[in-house]
Amino acid sequence: MKKQNEKKEHESQLSMIWRRFYRNKSAMLGLGLLAFLIIATLLGFFIVDYNTDVVGMDMAQRLQAPGGGHLFGTDQYGRDIFARILYGARISLTMGVVIIVISFTIGGIIGSVSGYYGGFVDNILMRIMDIFYAIPYNLFAICIVAALGSGMINLVAAMSIALIPMFSRVVRSAVLPVCSQEYIESARACGTSDLRIIVKHVLPNAIGPIIVHATLNIADTIKAVAGLSFIGLGIASPLPEWGAMLTEGKNYIREYPYLVIIPGVAIMIAAMSFNLIGDGLRDALDPRLKN
Amino acid sequence: MGKYILKRLLWMIPVILGISFILFSILEITPGDPAVMILGESAPPDRVEALREEMGLNEPFLQRYVTYVADALHGDFGSSYRTKLPVFDEILSRFPTTLKLTVGGILLVVILGIPLGILSAVKQYSVFDNVSMVAALILNSMPGFWLGIMLVLLFSVKLNLLPATGVNGWNSYILPCITLAAGMMASVVRMTRSNMLEVIRQDYISTARAKGADEERVILRHALRNALLPVVTIVGLNFSSLLGGTLIIETVFNIPGLGALMITAVRSKDIPLVMAGVLFVALLGGFINLFVDVLYVYIDPRLKSQFVRGKGK
Repeated sequence: MKKQNEKKEHESQLSMIWRRFYRNKSAMLGLGLLAFLIIATLLGFFIVDYNTDVVGMDMAQRLQAPGGGHLFGTDQYGRDIFARILYGARISLTMGVVIIVISFTIGGIIGSVSGYYGGFVDNILMRIMDIFYAIPYNLFAICIVAALGSGMINLVAAMSIALIPMFSRVVRSAVLPVCSQEYIESARACGTSDLRIIVKHVLPNAIGPIIVHATLNIADTIKAVAGLSFIGLGIASPLPEWGAMLTEGKNYIREYPYLVIIPGVAIMIAAMSFNLIGDGLRDALDPRLKN
Repeated sequence: MGKYILKRLLWMIPVILGISFILFSILEITPGDPAVMILGESAPPDRVEALREEMGLNEPFLQRYVTYVADALHGDFGSSYRTKLPVFDEILSRFPTTLKLTVGGILLVVILGIPLGILSAVKQYSVFDNVSMVAALILNSMPGFWLGIMLVLLFSVKLNLLPATGVNGWNSYILPCITLAAGMMASVVRMTRSNMLEVIRQDYISTARAKGADEERVILRHALRNALLPVVTIVGLNFSSLLGGTLIIETVFNIPGLGALMITAVRSKDIPLVMAGVLFVALLGGFINLFVDVLYVYIDPRLKSQFVRGKGK
């Protein structure tokens, strides 16, 4: 009986959050942008062929302005920019989400253990994180990329590692107030194992701010991946990562500015969708914060 | 208070040691042989081997780390593999450029961001508020380096008003500073606005209004002081991330600063230079954070009790 009530209440809370999110115009705009990007990405699987459209060069067609035969024009090797942008969406969205999931999982474990046990464990873990945290994040990522070598998998590893200190702090500060609640104490009194308490009782109650942070950070990560590729330490050409496309186009900026405008707008739209959703989630989860 | 500062300064020692160990390990697994880098790819193997021996590269990892730390404690951070100059000469010759850039960025954020935030809050839901919130969102979603390229496109290529790259004179700092400030500006405007909105609803603001203070005085004297506290932290904390942000911005604008130096150093596995550079930036960041925390106590005297009672972190 009690369990049923709990469940019902939980559901209504979710639908309440959704209702608030749904009423928020900018959040819905963000969701719409994301849906648009996902559809474009999926569409890319059907209409874009990697070998001919994305990396296949055609010098006769080089540097054609947008419009005409090619929606977004062609680059200096005659590759269709629209096809490359579509393919790039796949890379950027996946990288953004995967990096955040990995770093939040590891950072989450560190942060929740730290917050739940407190005391000595907390002190040790957080001091270690402080040390990592003192290295500027992108400098740290660059050093790791240099060590591992560039490439998609290595970039994911580098960025995930570089983000762990920040997320362990975020999770810890979200978990900390929950850990002092009475229901945690009573769970402990019932003899529930620590792991079960953390997973079943602490994290679900602390998840709000964590999700908001994660969403907003996907936006930053998409920008950071593009930035690293831009300085040649991320994903390299001919893979159409948006940042790498910008580097290539930079040399043609005077005559063919669309080569740098289009990939940048793509990055901006992707980042904006997650920013809007993150802001909307924050307002929906905690309406007191909304002004 | 003095005790707190001392504690924080002492804490920097293990941080610096930790960072140096982490970096040393990362650089250890970075591919490339420093001896080959110094002598060039075509150097004969016996000379490479001789140099490796001379540089102590054949020693075990931990021993090399201990040697590095011992030398560093004597003030010897080594010389750059590439230029053979002592690393701190290199860093200090590049640092002023980066510092100018960072300070310029911070100034822009403070001079423009805070007033914009206040105006948005005072005129909540007005056209001005909506426009600045949308602008903040767009700035926040743009990658900084792309904004830089777009500014170059507009002001250098199209309008021919400002130099696109390099550093010649003060006007070559304008575009990089704007670029650097943009991302942070967005968060400062939003934060100032939401803090102001929160403070404006407090009782003491109603009291100030009730006793007949004019609106300007209420906003600037009563509300702003309280709303600015978290903004100070954000600005302070962001100082080090701004230093990090210069990494890419300097590449965009071809500015010979610390960031550009670090990227070249990492790429060419210039171990002494990378180590010293990161330690320098981390230490600087540590001092700035400490300064901000102390400054905070002076801005908000309520916090002082925490330190007096010894309850500070």
